[in-house]
Amino acid sequence: MATFRQNVEATIPALRRYARALTRDADTADDLVQDTLVRALRSEHLFHGGDVRSWLYTILTNLNRNRLRSLARRPALSPIEDNDAPDLAGPEAGGRDIERALATLVEDQRNALLLVVLEGLSYREVAEVQAVPIGTVMSRLARARVQIKNYLDGGRPALRRVK
Amino acid sequence: MIDRDSPVTEDELHAYIDGMLPADRKAAIAAWLSDHPEQAALVASWRAQAEGIRARYGAVVEEPVPERLKLDQVLSRNRTNGRSWAAIAAAAAIVAFIVGGAAGWMARGASAAAPTGFDAFASEALDAYKLYVVEVRHPVEVPGSERVHMTQWLSKRLGEELRVPDLQTIGLKLVGGRLLPGSTGAAAFYMYENSSGERFTIYCAKADLPQSALRYVSEDKFAAFYWADDKIAYVVSGPANREQLETVTKVVYEQIDKSAARKL
Repeated sequence: MATFRQNVEATIPALRRYARALTRDADTADDLVQDTLVRALRSEHLFHGGDVRSWLYTILTNLNRNRLRSLARRPALSPIEDNDAPDLAGPEAGGRDIERALATLVEDQRNALLLVVLEGLSYREVAEVQAVPIGTVMSRLARARVQIKNYLDGGRPALRRVK
Repeated sequence: MIDRDSPVTEDELHAYIDGMLPADRKAAIAAWLSDHPEQAALVASWRAQAEGIRARYGAVVEEPVPERLKLDQVLSRNRTNGRSWAAIAAAAAIVAFIVGGAAGWMARGASAAAPTGFDAFASEALDAYKLYVVEVRHPVEVPGSERVHMTQWLSKRLGEELRVPDLQTIGLKLVGGRLLPGSTGAAAFYMYENSSGERFTIYCAKADLPQSALRYVSEDKFAAFYWADDKIAYVVSGPANREQLETVTKVVYEQIDKSAARKL
């Protein structure tokens, strides 16, 4: 089963990238990747061909969902940053803006957008990862893009309050 | 956003910037956009978002992979678990015995202590869940492929006719089962797994507990639903996601209920 392991191994950097964008925190992201790898290796027998990469994205996406749900049950752990003043300038500014814009998205929309834009998955692959029809992926993508545009165009405070 | 009569759909505009269009269609849309500045601006803003996201996170793939994420590390950690499995199992069994035994003792003194016995029962099941879900090599004694043999064997050991629920309809495959020491005698333990590797377990044992409705307990990462039937108490454990666990529990409950009804 060397090829299975090799495929998993080759995907680790991309999984780290996806997890980083999902969690916005390097340690949390790597924890998520580690859990994903443990689960993937443990469930190797459940993998019957197909694309290892999509499967790993599926596991990571589901684990992150569980993580967010357990965070949601602990209100103290989801603070909204106070120092959320718009960035004035600097090379980091755009990056932090997009980071915050992503954070305002509904989870499924964020997952869909990142899988397409950052991870380069096809719409069909994203549909498989999210276990929804392609049409749903398209509408998630469209809504994510509208939301980010609104946020970046200055709709920030209102959107924050609406959540 | 896009005119109804327009030959270009919004989906196509997304596909256009995501590079998911065939070459000829791509050219057609590029031409269309040059005549539609408003849509062109919108598409440009989407493209800028995508570039912003890639600029922010793209470089992560260039970073060296931390040691703990190297497969050898992940594997060797699993293997260590495998080796020390017997020791962990023994320790957990002893803890379960003490907790369960104490609860049983209290229950003997006062029948009002039933909830305590019940909670202890659930905590034994959760301990077993936590112990075996992480197990890579020996999560079960009898594989799910030997369902009939497993059912007979566990029924014999528990002295009750058991039924191993079939959870294929909700995407859960039977990994297998094992026999565990419980505070009130032998306990049967079945493990299921979904396609993304999440594991769910059913723990059941004869218990002198009053019949009860479903109850829910959750710990940090794990949760369980438990109830007592005629002579047997059941605990369904899984990742702490109440909605998901409830779905699983309902199917388990229905199947067990049905088989109990048949016996009457």
